[in-house]
Amino acid sequence: MLLCRLADAIFWAGRYLERTEGTARIVATHTDLFLDLPKAAGLTWAPLLAVAGVAEDFDAHHLVRSEEDVVRFLLADPQNPGALLSSLALARENVRRTRALFPREAWEILTVLHHDAEEARHGTASRSTRQAWLASVLASCQQLAGTLEGAMIDDEARAFFRLGQCIERADMTTRVLDVRAGMLLDAEPAISPYADVLWTGVLRAVGADHAYRRRVSARVKGSEVLAFLLRDPSFPRSVAHCLGTIDGLAATLPPSVEVTLAVAQATRLVEEASVRSLVWDGLHEYVDDVQQAVHGIHDALDRSYFRRGLPVTRAEPMAEAISA
Amino acid sequence: MDLAAYPTTPAWDELVEHGRARASLGGFARFLDGVDLADLRVRQDAAEAAIRAMGVSFTVYADGGNIDRSWPFDVLPRVITAEAWAPVAAGLAQRLRALNHFLADVYGPQKILADGVVPPELVLSSPNYRPECLGMDLSHGVWAHICGTDLVRGADGAFFVLEDNLRVPSGVAYMLENRLITKRVFPELFRDLEILPVDDYPQRLHGLLSSLSPRPGHQPVIVVLTPGIHNAAYFEHATLAQLMGVELAEGSDLVVDADDIVHLRTVGGLRRVDVIYRRIDDLFLDPEVFHPDSTLGVPGLMRAWRAGNVAIANAPGAGVADDKVVYSYVPDMVRYYLGEEPAVDNVPTYRGDTDLRWILGHIDELVVKPANESGGYGVVVGPHASAAELEACRARLRADPRGHVAQPVIPISTAPTLTPGDPVAVAPRHVDLRPFVLSGADISVTTGGLTRVALREGSLIVNSSQGGGSKDTWILDPTV
Repeated sequence: MLLCRLADAIFWAGRYLERTEGTARIVATHTDLFLDLPKAAGLTWAPLLAVAGVAEDFDAHHLVRSEEDVVRFLLADPQNPGALLSSLALARENVRRTRALFPREAWEILTVLHHDAEEARHGTASRSTRQAWLASVLASCQQLAGTLEGAMIDDEARAFFRLGQCIERADMTTRVLDVRAGMLLDAEPAISPYADVLWTGVLRAVGADHAYRRRVSARVKGSEVLAFLLRDPSFPRSVAHCLGTIDGLAATLPPSVEVTLAVAQATRLVEEASVRSLVWDGLHEYVDDVQQAVHGIHDALDRSYFRRGLPVTRAEPMAEAISA
Repeated sequence: MDLAAYPTTPAWDELVEHGRARASLGGFARFLDGVDLADLRVRQDAAEAAIRAMGVSFTVYADGGNIDRSWPFDVLPRVITAEAWAPVAAGLAQRLRALNHFLADVYGPQKILADGVVPPELVLSSPNYRPECLGMDLSHGVWAHICGTDLVRGADGAFFVLEDNLRVPSGVAYMLENRLITKRVFPELFRDLEILPVDDYPQRLHGLLSSLSPRPGHQPVIVVLTPGIHNAAYFEHATLAQLMGVELAEGSDLVVDADDIVHLRTVGGLRRVDVIYRRIDDLFLDPEVFHPDSTLGVPGLMRAWRAGNVAIANAPGAGVADDKVVYSYVPDMVRYYLGEEPAVDNVPTYRGDTDLRWILGHIDELVVKPANESGGYGVVVGPHASAAELEACRARLRADPRGHVAQPVIPISTAPTLTPGDPVAVAPRHVDLRPFVLSGADISVTTGGLTRVALREGSLIVNSSQGGGSKDTWILDPTV
């Protein structure tokens, strides 16, 4: 039995925790990229703003697109509701509301992570303290994920938590593809000497470099990276894998035709795309469509399970007797 | 720790006597005499780190909406021997038995009023009297299922009841958390001493709530009904729901249908609710009957309750017995309903409506309390109040004598407490004790309860909303 209000909150807890982890990873790997590339490669910090989808917001605050400002905005600026620390605070707020559904250790891990991260708020400028801090955030996120994996009851609450994670994860992967891959494809001639490093950077931004080498090849090639991150069914952060997980989770919930249709639509979009043609044109529009489809799943979940005010159908007496 | 320099005050000290730890505390006394102050500070720091890690927090309304203040805690436990505790526990059970007789009587035949033991106008004029509850016949005859009784100790160490909390008493989750913290901080003492456990409370509460279900033989659906995340006691509501494994619901999660059945809105549809442990005041429970603009409650809840389709704990209307004027009649209720002498006394209490002139004349020696506030709000401690505060208090008394009581200032007991800053020191600070009493088919009393401590020197106000902290409370069998 799961209250509609709590299903909504626990779904968002999953989204915000995944967003926290994803943001830590893209900032950490982008910082690494600067260590790997010479200045001549012309790498800037602006793409990070685009991946996070906050470029307009950033400019509206009259900030400079310098390393310091961009990184602070993405990690610690209270003016940015999508900053890592804001996501973490929102994750904790949603877990606080749904605390009774989580194993007790999960709340402790999250509380310690939240306090430690708040204390490190001003240490984002220097690359060395930043990298150490992001590594510890990532480690805590994984510790939390492991705790939930081993100790959280496999019920509806966990299904909504994981749905939130998967939707956010698919969203993050598509945004990395859109911005980072799009930029590489557009600018191929100028940066070709560094293309391998940059494509590896795309993989690292979603923690996929090792998986890609094992699964595809040691040689990193643009079109293969695209295909891998979109469609490889075995890599947990590929869009296809996320959609497959969402499909399986949705099947464990009280049936909703709307959710089933939304998942099917997104899945078809990913399965039927021709990666070869995407490389040459239309990547941005295509990724846009995929993102819309993923958001469509969220909307369907919202209408089917979370939304108040709608008349809720009465449980069948039979079902009640069984679950009681 | 050298207690020779520990200040002596007119109050009874829980742990120290004649510059030594109380010998009656056995092994704990030896620990206290031997412990190093610097070591205590290390343990205090460890306790504060544990509180942060465990996310034990509370909310103060006057604190700009900060819902995340760490729980102030003193690492030195307050210790009572099992021998001293047993008669107090028996007295608390006796008291709640009498109070429940009184509630069933007031909402039933009203014999105690007809017999003139308690003046009818006093009860019928109470803002917590609910005529909507007349004629209800509740299971076990119990209206107040969960009672938090505030106890203090006078100068000779005797326990007195300061007040009964029969509406939505809070603090029990902090009692449980305090024990978890001290177990982390003093593990060796839990090995060496016989400290009686407190952690069976959630199971007892769950058992009590289950026993109230209107559908016996059916696995009951139980919810804790909370006003939400901004309530001062939200941490406790969430903790209790989690420890009992029941749903934590807000008013908007519940609906009452045309057949007067209460349901939860779940992702799988509506589910019938059997028992509501409500942590919302009466007047916000049901906008159909009480405050029409309350968004915290559930429209139709009183209909469902009156139809016997759902149990509510504590029952609506139970607050009429924790009015501080009605409190002054509790010893009479014990004699009237049980034919027994009260085992734990009241603090002597003057009533605003009958003793107004005397109170006004002695206001600078008395503690004046509003009859129906909680959380320490509106309490004026005469000897500590300014002339202007006393004058304002007199004006309030004259305007509403029925709404106030006055009590002599009790030099309530102290317990050694770490003072902040350097050098590390321990000083006497005033404490009270809130045990929790559960009443269903039978009555059980927590082993000890929540000790609250006034952290400011000389202060008698222990409420966490007013600068109070807390300590773990140990009921100790020193013979082991």
